[in-house]
Amino acid sequence: MASYACDQLPAAVKLLVAGGFGAGKTTLVGSVSEIEPLTTEELITVASAGIDSLDGVELKSTTTVAFDFGRITLGPEIVLYLFGTPGQDRYWFLWDELSGGALGAIVLADTRRLEACFAAVDFFESRGIRFIVAVNEFDGACRYEPDEVRAALMLKPHVPITTCDARDRRSATAVLVALVRHLMAAGDPIPGLTPATPTISRNRKPA
Amino acid sequence: MSSPGGEGWLDGDAARVVRPYAVTGGRTSPRVELDLLSMIVATGAGTGSHLEPDHEQALSLCHQPASVAEIAARLRLPAVAAKVLLSDLAGWGAVRASAPVPASGAASHLLLERVLDGLLRL
Repeated sequence: MASYACDQLPAAVKLLVAGGFGAGKTTLVGSVSEIEPLTTEELITVASAGIDSLDGVELKSTTTVAFDFGRITLGPEIVLYLFGTPGQDRYWFLWDELSGGALGAIVLADTRRLEACFAAVDFFESRGIRFIVAVNEFDGACRYEPDEVRAALMLKPHVPITTCDARDRRSATAVLVALVRHLMAAGDPIPGLTPATPTISRNRKPA
Repeated sequence: MSSPGGEGWLDGDAARVVRPYAVTGGRTSPRVELDLLSMIVATGAGTGSHLEPDHEQALSLCHQPASVAEIAARLRLPAVAAKVLLSDLAGWGAVRASAPVPASGAASHLLLERVLDGLLRL
């Protein structure tokens, strides 16, 4: 058995893949991962909203948040993990560890349901997590120009938009490359954006 | 506390029901700080004591470096429970763990370059 007692452990880095339910997150993770995507879950404590407590004790409940992830070994020193955020579960935003330390994020968009990724875009903007938008071109979905998607999502000009086929390994890898290039190009903090910036509510329907 | 034997503790569909608490003896705070991306590897050192089956199983997943997230997934345990087991093993010297990644702060240009190079070689 190989001994790692004296060796440096590889550094693990994390990218997030977010988007609405059915946008293809698990597909994208699966097409680039060297392992079958795995699922890890965590128990999240959620304060119950809208209930006044008479004795000052907040009512809390516990919910399980699960995410899929894959792995790409990029060499002996570096392992890339792709975490697919839960699409249906609004509570993943409360799991700080899921997004904490992420290099950046991909918001996978399905043009048939663009509004499904509003929450992810808001979240990454408010946390100062850099991201790109990848439009997953499903068969039969209307093709929109990147500018149309940008307008519908109210994206800032510096956020790149790309298209992909999440099922295709090369196409999915190209999205990762686009994200990392964006992260490298944007070394400085986004002007005017701090974690304290209030989130913009994207409650408009896309055109 | 004796370990709860028998299959009655397992739900056939959803896997573990009571286990997340049982395997950690009710503890939810790991002794060693770990995050989902902490890399863990077995040191090959003996633990000097008999390991409980859950610790044994966790250790068996660490022969090659693996992240806490991977080990938790393969153990089918919530991340917090896996962290407790792994931090026990780290405390006994049976595994080594990399330090948690800082939750904030931009990645270095060098790190991003290495990630990009790796992706372009795929």
